[in-house]
Amino acid sequence: MSRSLPWAPVALIVLLLVLWQGAFLLAGPDALAAPLQTIAYLAQQLTTPEFQQHIAATGTAFLIALLIAIAGGLLIGLMLGLSRTATEVAEPLLLAGNSIPKIALYPIVLLLFGIGLSAKVAFGALHGIIPVAIFTMSACRNIAPVLLKSAAVMRLSRADRIRSILLPAALPDIVTGVRMGFSLTLIGTVLGEMFGSQSGLGYLLMTAIGLQNTQVIMAVTLLLVAFAATVSTALLAYERRLRSRY
Amino acid sequence: METPHVRMRGVTRVYPTETGSLHALGPVDLDLRKGEFFAVVGPSGCGKSTLLEMIAALAPPSEGAVEFEGKPIGASVPDGVGVVFQENACFPWLNVADNITFGLRRQPLAKDEIARRLDYALTLMGLTDFAAAYPAQLSGGMRQRVCIARTLVTQPRLILLDEPFGALDQQTRLLMGDELLNLWRATGATVLLITHALDEAAMLADRVAVMSSRPGRIIEIIETGWPRDRDSRIVSDPAFGAVTGRLWTLLRDQSLNALGPAH
Repeated sequence: MSRSLPWAPVALIVLLLVLWQGAFLLAGPDALAAPLQTIAYLAQQLTTPEFQQHIAATGTAFLIALLIAIAGGLLIGLMLGLSRTATEVAEPLLLAGNSIPKIALYPIVLLLFGIGLSAKVAFGALHGIIPVAIFTMSACRNIAPVLLKSAAVMRLSRADRIRSILLPAALPDIVTGVRMGFSLTLIGTVLGEMFGSQSGLGYLLMTAIGLQNTQVIMAVTLLLVAFAATVSTALLAYERRLRSRY
Repeated sequence: METPHVRMRGVTRVYPTETGSLHALGPVDLDLRKGEFFAVVGPSGCGKSTLLEMIAALAPPSEGAVEFEGKPIGASVPDGVGVVFQENACFPWLNVADNITFGLRRQPLAKDEIARRLDYALTLMGLTDFAAAYPAQLSGGMRQRVCIARTLVTQPRLILLDEPFGALDQQTRLLMGDELLNLWRATGATVLLITHALDEAAMLADRVAVMSSRPGRIIEIIETGWPRDRDSRIVSDPAFGAVTGRLWTLLRDQSLNALGPAH
């Protein structure tokens, strides 16, 4: 699809900018900042050490949280996916866990970890780990039985079967889970910064809200949106390329 | 008398169900001679695939004994047995060459030996130009050739085929049948073919076992009497019609049973 319409993403971005400009003209400068002005402000902010420190704080927390979410989700998903009984018991729990508004758990996270990096990481990972686990588990369950039979016929050891058959067979679904986990971990990390932190983009957003600093709010939001959209699109493209083979 | 290559005695398969148990297969006694091409036909659900899975140690028999080369079959597939399934068993994340050598790379073999066997299998199965292609880029028939090649390179002494051409069109099946005969002659392996296609069994096999509807038992074994260098052109031989006719006569009532009492 993206191959037949190479200009489509560009057109979409232009359309969004036009809508943004329209909203700015309607709502006025007190509520919104104009697109070009925001882009210019963000570009300028990116060069200041203070802003860079906030990005580094969020980036560090996010990366650690994402690693935990992916590693933990894979581990949980594999362990549950390898046993039918475990899947049947765990699936409703995981789905229920997924539908809990995590923000309700935030006071407990803060009590456990205190204000700072570990709370942000915990909150980010808490958001991301469940989708990775769910997608990994269902990918293991849905693997074509003939592939497992082939592995048995080739007398693969259990470890080799997981490494050389199960994981590669499940890869497209795992990538889907990681894509979901990526977005949710980012949400969780920034949320964590908004309510229990003294650094990072979430903290910056929260203080800007308090000061009604539209420019900062818009610039930070733009940065987060651009980052999330870019990585998400890249993961989606990778996933589509994988799926065309499966 | 020579020890049979595969020997089954009193083999049954009973599945536990919610209401009790389902007697799916047997008792079956069966001897496969070393190097023969043996086919099993039977109505749907008669347990012919289960029969194959028991020899491949993929399903344990409920009762009875299965032996390969004089040794009882345990919990894992005996060395020297290769299996080709009906479904596409190619690994989609590997290209054709890596699919074919998947099992070999797990054996203590020298690199050039692996390369030699790969070349041989690619040539024999007409896949040389597709070594770098991925399974998704191939037709169903080509994918099945990859699976056959993957089995072939392990140099099995017994090749088990579970309706390998079931998903292919009729012309492709006849041609794949020829390739299978070539392969059988080239390797000297014993071949057990499970199929629902009477003409396929009649054309390919030295002997054809006809199974009853569930619980599947072997009701008769027919010798086709074909020469070893046969091919698919045998379908125009009047004797071929006689063999398929005989198979259908034996199978008709069984298939009616399997279809249900309304008939």
